[in-house]
Amino acid sequence: MVKWTEEERRIIRGVWEKVDIDEIGEELWARALIVYPWIDRYFGSFGDIFTTTAILKNPKLAALGKVVLSALDTAVKNMDNVKAMYAPLSRQHYEKIKVDPDNFRLLAECITITIACKLRAELNPQVQATWQKFLSAVVEAMNSQYK
Amino acid sequence: MSLSGKDKTVVKAFWDKVAPKAAEIGGEALGRMLTSYPQTKTYFSHWSDLSPESAQVKKHGATIMGAIGDAIGKIDDLQGALAKLSELHAFKLRVDPANFRILAHNIILVLAMYYPADFTPEVHVSVDKFLQNLALALSEKYR
Repeated sequence: MVKWTEEERRIIRGVWEKVDIDEIGEELWARALIVYPWIDRYFGSFGDIFTTTAILKNPKLAALGKVVLSALDTAVKNMDNVKAMYAPLSRQHYEKIKVDPDNFRLLAECITITIACKLRAELNPQVQATWQKFLSAVVEAMNSQYK
Repeated sequence: MSLSGKDKTVVKAFWDKVAPKAAEIGGEALGRMLTSYPQTKTYFSHWSDLSPESAQVKKHGATIMGAIGDAIGKIDDLQGALAKLSELHAFKLRVDPANFRILAHNIILVLAMYYPADFTPEVHVSVDKFLQNLALALSEKYR
């Protein structure tokens, strides 16, 4: 289980407060699907997801972005219990959706880069390190039921 | 995932834009790498200060970005351009090549921070591919 200091909790909540779930929810797919295009294997029924313009207008991706970031919101609010909270999600992604777990790492990177574009210098080295530690814990939790 | 003509054009154009701040970006990226990925500090035990504010870190970050800038000038033959540096990293420094990806992530993050409007997904993917190819060229002599 990951241990969080008071300072780390403050930092993670501080970053999350600044995230507009609707805005980031769309932009993160633009980064993920353009930078790592093989991810589109999971989006066969989503329609046009092949250009940034199409991605940003795609209602299914917008909805999914909201779902993903709401789940992240749950993680922020339950930092001490992410693994347990995410067990059903992990199992779902393994058994039903059959997602290669490396994609969780790629998506986490895209989330961080998108946040870097918004927060800029506010994402100082210490904040970056703490935020990445948090996302690593989330990625690990998403991996946990792949067995 | 080799570089297309479009990738090369995009990378060169974006580099022209960021060149004036290249040294600063390099220092930031290296400082963030050492902070977020403490295992990378093991290669720099000869430095007295490994904080992001360290003059040693900033200077070395600038050196790295200088080499990247040179490589962009020789983007059609990265292996040739990086032959000497590859020997240095392979035989003298013996840096585990897994770390090249870690540094690339931090360079990308700093580029996104400094140029949020210009670092579109399209620019991002070309820069990511370029840094990946650079890392490959840098690893060429390892074995």
